[in-house]
Amino acid sequence: MLKCSLDKINSVFEEIAKTAKLYIPADDKDGSAVYKQWENGIEWSSSLNTVRSPKDFFLPQMENLMEFKTEGKNIEVIDNRCETEDFVIFGVRACDVKSFEVLDRVFLSEPVDSYYASRREKGVIVSTACSKPSETCFCKTFGISPEEPEGDVTTWKTEDEIFFKANTSKGEALLEKLSAYTEECDETVVTEQKEKISAIMAKLPLKDLKTDAFGGGKTEEFFNNPVWEELSGSCLGCGTCTFVCPTCQCYDIKDFNTGKGVIRFRCWDSCMYSEFTKMAHGNNRITQKERFRQRFMHKLVYYPENNDGMFSCVGCGRCLSKCPISMNIVKVMKKIGDVDA
Amino acid sequence: MSNREETLIPKVGVITDVRIDTPDIKTFRVVTPDGKKAFDHRPGQCAMLSVPGVGEAMFSITSSPTNEEYMEFSIKKCGCVTDWLHQAEVGQQITIRGPYGNPFPVDDVFAGKNLLFIAGGVGLAPLRSVINYCRHYRDRYGDIDIVYGSRSKDDLLDYNEIIEEWSTDAGVNVHLTIDNPQDGWDGHVGFVPSYVKELGFDTNKTAVLCGPPIMIKFTLEGLCELGFDKTQIYTTLELRMKCGVGKCGRCNVGAKYVCKDGPVFRCDELDELPDEY
Repeated sequence: MLKCSLDKINSVFEEIAKTAKLYIPADDKDGSAVYKQWENGIEWSSSLNTVRSPKDFFLPQMENLMEFKTEGKNIEVIDNRCETEDFVIFGVRACDVKSFEVLDRVFLSEPVDSYYASRREKGVIVSTACSKPSETCFCKTFGISPEEPEGDVTTWKTEDEIFFKANTSKGEALLEKLSAYTEECDETVVTEQKEKISAIMAKLPLKDLKTDAFGGGKTEEFFNNPVWEELSGSCLGCGTCTFVCPTCQCYDIKDFNTGKGVIRFRCWDSCMYSEFTKMAHGNNRITQKERFRQRFMHKLVYYPENNDGMFSCVGCGRCLSKCPISMNIVKVMKKIGDVDA
Repeated sequence: MSNREETLIPKVGVITDVRIDTPDIKTFRVVTPDGKKAFDHRPGQCAMLSVPGVGEAMFSITSSPTNEEYMEFSIKKCGCVTDWLHQAEVGQQITIRGPYGNPFPVDDVFAGKNLLFIAGGVGLAPLRSVINYCRHYRDRYGDIDIVYGSRSKDDLLDYNEIIEEWSTDAGVNVHLTIDNPQDGWDGHVGFVPSYVKELGFDTNKTAVLCGPPIMIKFTLEGLCELGFDKTQIYTTLELRMKCGVGKCGRCNVGAKYVCKDGPVFRCDELDELPDEY
């Protein structure tokens, strides 16, 4: 365990930024936290709960995949992939760290997505134990520990100090670079901090939400439940939930003609959109009910079925605070799973 | 520049032949610019073809893997990419990547079995790969029955190949039907599902179905009435796809992705999936 006075945090950031791009949650103009690239003057937000999840760092909202040059009947495929530069994301919440594992199981399974893999290899994740959860938070439901989040390095922040623990070789290498600012310490303060966080979490309104009703093999049990109709009735199909969700990874691939060639790019897509499954000859999810059901069945049944029981939700609470009609996964879990919480 | 493999980055393919099969179906022969097959495949697998600037779409590979010179794709004109392909000429380059999905179990489950292929319209495209594979290794299989129907005689895909090659093979019985009577047609008239019931096949066969969803539904019911068990019947599905490898999140039916867990399914496996395909 290492520690450093918070007075020196900007020096720590400066040290990290010497060899890698550094991103930290910083306060935006409207007071909400957003990831910003650190430079002198950018202050670490007191909130870890960023509006947008950090999935952008590994699965950007839009990225170019390749280019084509066409001349007459001929086509040239231009593979202009480049390796990502080293980068560090500092101050990631426990839930968001867990979301990377959900994404990994999609993008790092065979055939590996090279674009994602490059960023995942170059990115170092520094998590921070979460002592300021929102009322919408329910990470504990998914067995996530806000007291001791995963990541290459775990940090704990107190009033005046920050504590570091490396979990991986990448994390050790990062802490090595910070040795001028840190000193060895025992775990007394961190243990106290963890207890404090546990006490805070125990007071959250969604603390009793359980996943017991859900998991792989439950398609038949839930698919034809008439409640989907009622739950999806007001859904606008806006896709906000899928965009703010750290684990939603559906994507589209499209071509853009630049006039000098064609760029094939990937962008986020949403299963909530009416054209998501639309083909030239038909659509297998015609109504919003079907699209709505797909999203939640995927998170609570299909994904766990294919991923050893792991759910595709980390309880970050973003969809709870952002949905314009206040529909969300918690309401779905309570209603469909008949769960009291 | 990255050394990593990337399935989304396609190869260039050249259209070396365009055959007009029906008023809205053309069969495209594709090789690499140096004249080779783009990749090996198994019967029932698919490939992503694209026209840069227009789009990319998944197509079944209609030629048999035993064809070592080229691949063929029978494509119906019905959307952006297919419209564009239909106006393409010989020599036009496109892009190709694959193969994707699971093939029909031609070397284990089908071996030694009597086979019954049932197709409607462009649904023959994926089955042609299996039919020609089984014809190539004729002694590995029992009798082969092929029931194929379309709207009219002009809409029958691969008509010349069916008449000149399939119908003349020993132990291969071809049963053609069209939806409505037509001058110059003295064969059967009627829809595929009812024709299958009329023909009344023995249940000592493994059946392979492909066609419009409504045809599959009624043919499946008909086969079950004839005493077939769903474990004897295979089909191949089609849903919208972008990646082809189970990542873009588009083609799932329940927990299964058609691109990587399908497109070939045994009909009893389909019963376990939600009705969303």
